[in-house]
Amino acid sequence: MNYKPVIGLEVHVELKTKSKMFCSCKADYFGEKPNTNTCPVCLGLPGALPVPNKKAIEGCVMIGLALNCKINNFSKFDRKNYFYPDLPKGYQISQYDQPFCTNGYVYLGGETNRHLPSGTKKRIRIRRVHMEEDTAKLIHQGQDSLIDFNRSGVPLVEIVTEPDFESAKEVVEYLKKLQQIVRYLNVSDADMEKGNMRLEPNISLMINDKGLRIKKTLPKYKVEVKNINSFRFAEKAIEYEIKRQTEILSEGKTPVQETRGWDEDKQKTVTQRIKEEAQDYRYFPEPDIPPIRFSDSDIASIECIMPELPDVKMQRFTNIYRLSAYDAEILTRDRKIAEYFDETTVIGFHHEIKRKRIANYIINRKIDINKILPAELIQIIIKDNQKSSLDEDKLSKVIAQILIENQKAVTDYKNGKVQAIGFLIGKVKQHFPKADTRQIKNVLEKSLK
Amino acid sequence: MKINVPHIAKLANLPLKPQEKDKFEKQLSEILSYVEKLSEVDTKDSETTSQVTGLENITREDEVSPSLTQEEALSNTKNKHNGLFKVKAILED
Repeated sequence: MNYKPVIGLEVHVELKTKSKMFCSCKADYFGEKPNTNTCPVCLGLPGALPVPNKKAIEGCVMIGLALNCKINNFSKFDRKNYFYPDLPKGYQISQYDQPFCTNGYVYLGGETNRHLPSGTKKRIRIRRVHMEEDTAKLIHQGQDSLIDFNRSGVPLVEIVTEPDFESAKEVVEYLKKLQQIVRYLNVSDADMEKGNMRLEPNISLMINDKGLRIKKTLPKYKVEVKNINSFRFAEKAIEYEIKRQTEILSEGKTPVQETRGWDEDKQKTVTQRIKEEAQDYRYFPEPDIPPIRFSDSDIASIECIMPELPDVKMQRFTNIYRLSAYDAEILTRDRKIAEYFDETTVIGFHHEIKRKRIANYIINRKIDINKILPAELIQIIIKDNQKSSLDEDKLSKVIAQILIENQKAVTDYKNGKVQAIGFLIGKVKQHFPKADTRQIKNVLEKSLK
Repeated sequence: MKINVPHIAKLANLPLKPQEKDKFEKQLSEILSYVEKLSEVDTKDSETTSQVTGLENITREDEVSPSLTQEEALSNTKNKHNGLFKVKAILED
């Protein structure tokens, strides 16, 4: 039997605001002494009142817009109730039925995807993008668990996809794309190892009955995998799950619906303790926070301050700048490099330096964009151009000598045996091994006239 | 309406003695039927809302202000270790 993976993703991204989501404690907890960035709100003390961070809401909306979501004109916060020591209030402030952003999509593939035929794009639907707060950090130590509340209340954006992925590779491509987008927006560092980007894939398999009418019903079970803190682990964990579930299904059984964790030492997913009852979060509207209403012009003004996104940049670089998809992809990977390139081309334009040449310098010579200003790079290119024209004098002299020494090839060429020029180029190259063949050919052709 | 008292007690993180089950089931039923009275009100012309303050868009600017010190944060607990709150180990197999 042939099975088709059905994978959906929940990704959490921690925003890099200055202050926390509902209080004005410092949000950056990295390297801080434990429990030094807390207050009654983020410690969950009775009577403390949360007030949402405007900048964080903007960040969430930006992510939604970048993922082509509808931004809802009316939203609210809700309480998600459960008991766990990292959640001091006994509930997490999140969003339930009226999140900020819904129904978006992103495309995978296009020119950069090696796993899809070129020109094909795959649409991944985004179900929702909502705003919530991070929990405290738990450290397990023998008989005790220790809690640091510095992370409690840090703004967290949750991005949920529909189960549209069919392979681990697609998931990784999506994750890289999402990471690139939030970094472009400058709303999060999205560093998986530091934990400011976390993902939970849910994976199941359905029978791949090609030829028959494909059933639209999803599998009756799904397995959620946690504890994944790198792209590589994500790929390995998903591939392991597909293999494991295929084996169970092949025996005619159904995998247990459960939460598993990736164990890097064992190179497998392992069952995590299953909560005794079905999750029952009893969501209800957060009474302490009035609802949020966005007018269309509020949304438009957030859209206005967003930078050009990678996909649009990529298109501009290939369609208008006429760069190859390969060059454009490298130049747009990081917003800083893309902007550096853009800036350099503007200066280069006045010196008649082609964009492709600038691209070559940035990509092949690995220019340190933090040290060399765009104008300096143009100066370097101009200098190199002068150097190569100096070389041209030398080149002409050497060529003149070679033409004298190889009269037969010269005669052949003049009699119409054009390929004789290859032999002469070879001779010249012995003197200038690093020279550009085209340049040699040009000078040779001139001399042979 | 049937009320699953042990389930509710578990969700509320409250210990429940077996003999309390019937007592609370009766009390919770009474509360429910009392609240049920609200359905007698004609709400045909009322808008559904979860907020009656009339407030909207109450937010704060992204500014940091001083937090509690570590000592202050931990001052209400006896269970601490190296500046951290201490609880019984959370089972994670």
